[in-house]
Amino acid sequence: MLDKIVFYLQYPFVRYALIVGVLISLCSSLLGVTLVLKRFSFIGDGLSHVAFGAMAIAAVLKMTNNMLLVLPITVISAVLLLRTGTNTRIKGDAAIAMISVGAMAFGYLIMNIFPTSANVSGDVCSTLFGSTSILTLSIEEVWLCIILSVIVVVIFIVFYNKIFAVTFDENFSMATGTNAGAYNLLIAITIAVIIVLAMNLVGSLLISALVIFPALSAMRLFNSFKGVTVFSAVLSVISSLLGIFISILAGTPVGSTIVAVDIIAFVLCYIAGLVL
Amino acid sequence: MALLTVKDLTLGYDSHVIVEKLNFSVNAGDYLCIVGENGSGKTTLLRTLLHLINPISGEILMGDDLKKNEIGYLPQQTVIQKDFPASVREIVLSGCTGRMGLRPFYNAKEKQLAAESMERMSITPLANRCYRELSGGQQQRVLLARALCATGKLLILDEPVSGLDPYVTSEMYELIAELNRDGITIIMISHDITAAVKYASHILHIGETVFFGTKDEYLNSDTGKWKDYVR
Ligand SMILES: Nc1ncnc2c1ncn2[C@@H]1O[C@H](COP(=O)(O)OP(=O)(O)OP(=O)(O)O)[C@@H](O)[C@H]1O
Ligand SMILES: [Mg+2]
Repeated sequence: MLDKIVFYLQYPFVRYALIVGVLISLCSSLLGVTLVLKRFSFIGDGLSHVAFGAMAIAAVLKMTNNMLLVLPITVISAVLLLRTGTNTRIKGDAAIAMISVGAMAFGYLIMNIFPTSANVSGDVCSTLFGSTSILTLSIEEVWLCIILSVIVVVIFIVFYNKIFAVTFDENFSMATGTNAGAYNLLIAITIAVIIVLAMNLVGSLLISALVIFPALSAMRLFNSFKGVTVFSAVLSVISSLLGIFISILAGTPVGSTIVAVDIIAFVLCYIAGLVL
Repeated sequence: MALLTVKDLTLGYDSHVIVEKLNFSVNAGDYLCIVGENGSGKTTLLRTLLHLINPISGEILMGDDLKKNEIGYLPQQTVIQKDFPASVREIVLSGCTGRMGLRPFYNAKEKQLAAESMERMSITPLANRCYRELSGGQQQRVLLARALCATGKLLILDEPVSGLDPYVTSEMYELIAELNRDGITIIMISHDITAAVKYASHILHIGETVFFGTKDEYLNSDTGKWKDYVR
C-alpha cells in the first residue's frame, strides 16, 4: 500500500491535489469556526447558486471567459452576506436563503427569456462538484492557491484576537474602541476569497463540508476558542489528506471521499465528547 | 471641560422617540447613577452615549482627553451564541483589544491586567472554564472583569448587580466605589435606589419627569419619588 502511495506521489497531479487539498482545508477550517458561530454554515451552497445566476448572465452576454463576471459577483455577494453583523434585522441563514434563491430564480428566468446554446447546466454541475476536478489542477492554479492561502493564514493569525473579540461581542468591541465594522469587512472579504477559490477548485459541496464538519467536531471536544480553532485546523488537514489517499487507492471520487472522512471524524468526536 | 456633555439629546429607535431633550454633563471623577422605571430608556441612553445607536437629535460632546478605547462597558444583556466556545480568560483578555490599536497580540502588561481583573472579581479559579457553562452571576462577573480591562477613565455599567447574590452585590458596589476613588468616572444604571443614593455623586432620573442633579438635590426634589422610601 505504501509502495502504491509512493508510486502515485511521483505524479505531479497527485502532489498538486495534496497541496491544494491541505491548503484549502486549512483555510476553510480556520474560518469555519467563525462561519458556524455566525450561522453561515450554508454559505458555500448559497454562493454556488449566486455563481449560477452570474453564469446565466455571462452566457446571455456571450462572454468568452465567464469567470471575469462570476468571480466578482460571487465575492461581492459573499461580502454583502457576511458583513451583516449582529445588528442587522435579517440573520445569516435567512440572508443566505434570500440571496441564493433569488440568484437561482433570476438565473433561470434570464436563461429562459434569452435562450442560449451555452451549456449552463453543465457549469452548474461543476460549481457544485468543482469545475476542474481536484486531480486536474494546473500549476498556475496551485500557485494561486498557495499565495492566497498564505495571505489568509497570515491575516487570520495577525487578527486572531480582534476576530475573537468581534465575533464574541460586537457591541462591546464597538463601544470600547475596536473598529468592529472594519474587522467584520476584513473577515468577510477573507472568507469570500477563500470560498470562491475553493468553490472553483473543489466545488461548493466540498467547501461546505470543510467549513462545517471540522468546526462542529472541535466544538464537541474543546471549550476555548483557541482550542477549537487549532483542533479544527489539524483535524481538517488530516481528514483531507486521508480522504485524498483513500480516493487514490480505492478509486473513489475525491470530494465525496473527503466529506465521508470528515463525517466519520465528526461521529468519533461526537462520541468522544459524550464520553469525556 | 467636562468628560461628557449631553445637549438637547433626543433618543429612540428609528424615529420613535423615547426620551426628549436631555441635558446633563459628567465631570472626571463623578459617579452618575441613572434611575427610572423599566422601559424608560436607560439602556437606550447608554447605547447612544457609546455611539452604538444614533441620537434622533442633539449632541454628545466627549471631553478632549477621552478616547473611545478608554471606556469600559458592561452591557445589560450580552446576546452570545449558546454554543460559542470561549474560555473565561479569553473573554476577559478580549477587553484589552480596544487599547491594542493595530498591535496583533496581547503584551505582558495586558495579560497582567486581565489576571488582576479576574482576581478582583474572584473568578481566577474559573479562568479555564467555558463561559457558556457558568451560572448567570458568574457570567456577569466575567463580563465585569472584561469591562475593567477595557477602562482607563470611564466605566459604563448597565445594571451591574442583576443576577448577583446579596453578598457579591455589596462587594460589587464597594468595588465600583473603589474604582471611582481611584479616579475612574462611573456611569451606572441601577434599580437599587438605596445603593444609588449611598454611592453616587449625581443622579439622573428619566421617565415621566426628568431630573438631573447631585444626590442631595435629588433627595430634596419632587422627582425622587423613592426618596421617602430611602429615608
Ligand atoms: N432594539 C429596539 N428597537 C426598538 N425599540 C426598542 C429596542 N430596544 C428597546 N426598545 C424600546 O425602547 C424603550 C426603552 O428601552 P430601554 O431598554 O432603554 O429601557 P430601560 O430603561 O433600559 O429598561 P430596563 O429597566 O427594563 O432595562 C422600550 O419601550 C423598548 O420597548
Ligand atoms: Mg435596560
